[in-house]
Amino acid sequence: MKILVTVKEVAAVEDEFEIDGLSIDERYLEYDLNEWDDYAVEAAVQIAEAADEDVEVVAATIGPERSEETIRMALAKGADRAVRVWDDAIAEQTLLDVDAKVSVFEQVVAEEEPDLVLTGVQAADDAFGATGVALANRVGYQWAAVVNDLDYAAGDDVATVRRELEGGIEEITEVDLPAVLSIQTGINEPRYASLRGIRQAQQKEIAPHDLSDLGLDAETVDGALELVDMYEPESESDATIFEGGAEETAAELATVLREKGVVGE
Amino acid sequence: MSENDVLFVAEHRRGGLRDVSYEGISAGRELADALGGELHVAVISGPVEEFAASLDTPPVDVVHTVDAGEEFDHDTYAAATEALHAELEPAALLLPNSVNGLDYAPAVADSLGLPYATDAVDIAYDDGLVVTREMYGSKVETTVEVAGDQFVVSIRSGEWPAADGAGDAQITPFEFDESGVDDGARVQGFEEVGGGDVDIGEAEFLVSIGRGIEEEENLDLIRDLCDATGATLSASRPIVDNDWLPKNRQVGQSGKQVTPKVYLAIGISGAVQHVAGMKGSETIIAVNTDPNAPIFDIADYGIVGDLFDVVPALIEEFN
Repeated sequence: MKILVTVKEVAAVEDEFEIDGLSIDERYLEYDLNEWDDYAVEAAVQIAEAADEDVEVVAATIGPERSEETIRMALAKGADRAVRVWDDAIAEQTLLDVDAKVSVFEQVVAEEEPDLVLTGVQAADDAFGATGVALANRVGYQWAAVVNDLDYAAGDDVATVRRELEGGIEEITEVDLPAVLSIQTGINEPRYASLRGIRQAQQKEIAPHDLSDLGLDAETVDGALELVDMYEPESESDATIFEGGAEETAAELATVLREKGVVGE
Repeated sequence: MSENDVLFVAEHRRGGLRDVSYEGISAGRELADALGGELHVAVISGPVEEFAASLDTPPVDVVHTVDAGEEFDHDTYAAATEALHAELEPAALLLPNSVNGLDYAPAVADSLGLPYATDAVDIAYDDGLVVTREMYGSKVETTVEVAGDQFVVSIRSGEWPAADGAGDAQITPFEFDESGVDDGARVQGFEEVGGGDVDIGEAEFLVSIGRGIEEEENLDLIRDLCDATGATLSASRPIVDNDWLPKNRQVGQSGKQVTPKVYLAIGISGAVQHVAGMKGSETIIAVNTDPNAPIFDIADYGIVGDLFDVVPALIEEFN
């Protein structure tokens, strides 16, 4: 069987940063694999490792050449190969909307014909939280969003999942394959890439595609959403901030705790 | 019904409407007023008549009831919402950006072929839809313009006031044929997780730890603080994801909602999902190295500093 995992390189922002136009100044960004996708990769690799049959794990990403370094980490953790889609028309977008992403992945799915697609619940940067379910709808697969437990053995026609609802409630659901599952953090313990894995990943294929390779044109990614402003939210803080060294501030904090009556003398 | 109307789909679970249903009514009314249209609310599955009576608040013009099944099923919700949309042809379709919203709203937007803006914290309409949404956690806010006369928007819970009071909406059943609905995803049941030895919801004083603790071994420092002060230990999501503490210690949207007398957040940035679980605390105190961390927006007292300096000093105060 084949498992497709969609992955994204995302930037983490330093505590102090500056906004340059419609994006955060590159100097304050550090790129890494999207946290949710790390769990999705692990879930796929665990299915492959436990299988009696041959399971191929393919990572798919929309990202510039720079992202290959990050995608290679997914390969080092056990994905077999990767597909990377990029195009000048994608780079020009202020915001790549859900429809654009889904139109790209739709073609990847048509080419790869996976039995199972795993995505992260959301990307840490634009946080649409929609690509997986919209993709499932587009390609006619079943789906489940926000999966924090997955019971599936390679070759099975049905996956039993738990969906993490609000307030400590989990929904237990059977999902027919082929399916797209959006994976929540905490579902497993993502491994660190081993030195051997990192070495092997250098030999694995990351196939680059542009839109025309997928039979798409620039208009496909020209979405209806346009980013027109980015700003730091105004601080609504009216907190009393204790100033000084650790001992002084701790003493003031201790006074508050005693005043509130939650700590004895 | 006119092309300026708003359709909002309410949410319920296990017999009760969720708060976001009433918040969505407020959001929907704002948008309907800006568009010059009516606010229609739909409620799908469960005791829909009873739900419709509760949803009939002053801002609502029409409530559509869809009698189909008991609990949320994404195929039923998607198909019913699409059928209602085809009938009503509203300008705006508003859906909750809840866990169940994430499970059907993207499919609806995709089937309808409409622009889709998710997780809105504010919505305005002025010759076009303008949505405010956050990126990079809560580090930046963005303004997004949405092209087109029809669109789908999902709204974040807790951002709009809940509508209340009795209204005089028209309540009308919507004939929906369930026979063609896919049953490829079948809900088997629900389970409450996070029970166990301690109920953090009962604690008067919570010391809550987040990503800032860095390593599992460092948790001993926080346990020492709890011992010295008699506080109960809780945590934000990453600590539980790492299995450093059990699920019954997790505060937040997917964990417990807590309202202690004092909530001391240590090394917690204050992501919206966490804040949803503790903003009702009487007094909130934050210790964080990042002066811009959103936790300070809701804190009453704060220390901008390294927890590895502040916590030992605080333990010293009580020993």
